[in-house]
Amino acid sequence: MIRVILPAHLRTLARVNGEVQLDVDSRAVTQRSVLDALETTYPMLRGTIRDHLTQQRRAFVRFFACEQDLSNESPDAPLPNAVALGTEPFLVVGAMAGG
Amino acid sequence: MSGVRVLVGTRKGAFILTSDAKRKQWDVNGPHFGGWEIYHLKGSPVEQDRLYASQSNGWFGQLIQRSNDGGKTWEPVGNQFVYDGVPGTHLWYDGTPHPWEFKRVWHLEPSLTDPDTVYAGVEDAAIFRTTDGGLTWQELSGLRNHDSAQHWQPGAGGMCLHTIILDANNKGRMFVAISAAGAFRSDNDGKTWRPINHGLRSEQIPDPNAEVGHCVHRIAMHPKRPGVLFMQKHWDVMRSDDAGESWREVSGNLPTDFGFPIDIHAHEPDTIYVVPIKSDSEHYTPDGKLRVYRSRTGGNEWEALTKGLPQSNCYVNVLRDAMSVDSLDSCGVYFGTTGGQVYASSDAGDRWAPIVRDLPAVLSVEVQTLA
Repeated sequence: MIRVILPAHLRTLARVNGEVQLDVDSRAVTQRSVLDALETTYPMLRGTIRDHLTQQRRAFVRFFACEQDLSNESPDAPLPNAVALGTEPFLVVGAMAGG
Repeated sequence: MSGVRVLVGTRKGAFILTSDAKRKQWDVNGPHFGGWEIYHLKGSPVEQDRLYASQSNGWFGQLIQRSNDGGKTWEPVGNQFVYDGVPGTHLWYDGTPHPWEFKRVWHLEPSLTDPDTVYAGVEDAAIFRTTDGGLTWQELSGLRNHDSAQHWQPGAGGMCLHTIILDANNKGRMFVAISAAGAFRSDNDGKTWRPINHGLRSEQIPDPNAEVGHCVHRIAMHPKRPGVLFMQKHWDVMRSDDAGESWREVSGNLPTDFGFPIDIHAHEPDTIYVVPIKSDSEHYTPDGKLRVYRSRTGGNEWEALTKGLPQSNCYVNVLRDAMSVDSLDSCGVYFGTTGGQVYASSDAGDRWAPIVRDLPAVLSVEVQTLA
């Protein structure tokens, strides 16, 4: 299972506590496949992390895993093995901005 | 028993204030959607417990929430606002073409007849409609495809469509207002639109007959007198007696005619309310005094309403969607400030009292008169 940690606002919106666990094909664990699975399970999150049409990451959302900033990686690049194996979570983070 | 429900949108969440018809004791419920900007909430006029809310922030964008129980519980509905066709460009602040980009929903206007139909005014300026309770939204693109749209330009707050008025007496007629394009009218349910800005004078526009470019802040219409519109423009309070075909100034003896909201007494179509603000570069009340001004003559002659409002050291603003009235026998008037106060008057403005004092900055106030 893929582990995803959402920021507080999105946990409230999705009505979840703590980590989200998603079933993603382990042969293709990418940002896109994880976010596709996330939005399928929690459709209220559509449009909040990436644009509905372009699928581009929203400007003030960042992606982290294994102490790496993956925000600007290709959405189709494989995520770190530890994420694919479920030993490390994939973090969706609201960037430090605004007030 | 009748009562009122006041829907308050703030910079950091929504609040629901309820009272019986006496309007003396208030229950304050919230924050709903804590930490999010709630630009507007409004209830269906035909199903009082059906509410819609526009929720947004800079991180996660736009959401629309719907309640079927008067705001006790909410569910997110559709948040996909896609311009119809190729969006094209409008003018940017520097006068160069700029592509249309959706930013947020400023105003939600539920249908007068169907609780599942709602109109949304958005930034960059356009109007959308849902007919399935907010699940899906379609643009009424005749507005944005008007020949003048390529010349529309944002005001300081963005290029927002902030006012939507549905005319129950003239089938298919609706009005919208856009900062800083002006006012527009449709007579065919939003299929086509035309500017209705004749008579508006704006110092920034050298052409006195400019079709668009006017920074209209708010328009109000009494439902029982549909031909008469009142407008708070950037500067100037204006009146039209012919459904927007022409406008004349009715600022009269106001201390300043800059301001944002304008509203009309529920039972007296010639009694109107504004909140004068010092200037467009100083968005606060003149002389540190919070004064609502009332005209009982449809404009020109204004009286200051001050009882119960702070008359010293008060430097707040009242935003365009932050004033509303109830329709109880003694008309209630309500407004919220950028200082987080929500004031109510249960006697048409003669005396005021705060319902709450320390909310986040208030963006919108809507009132429902409950059966």
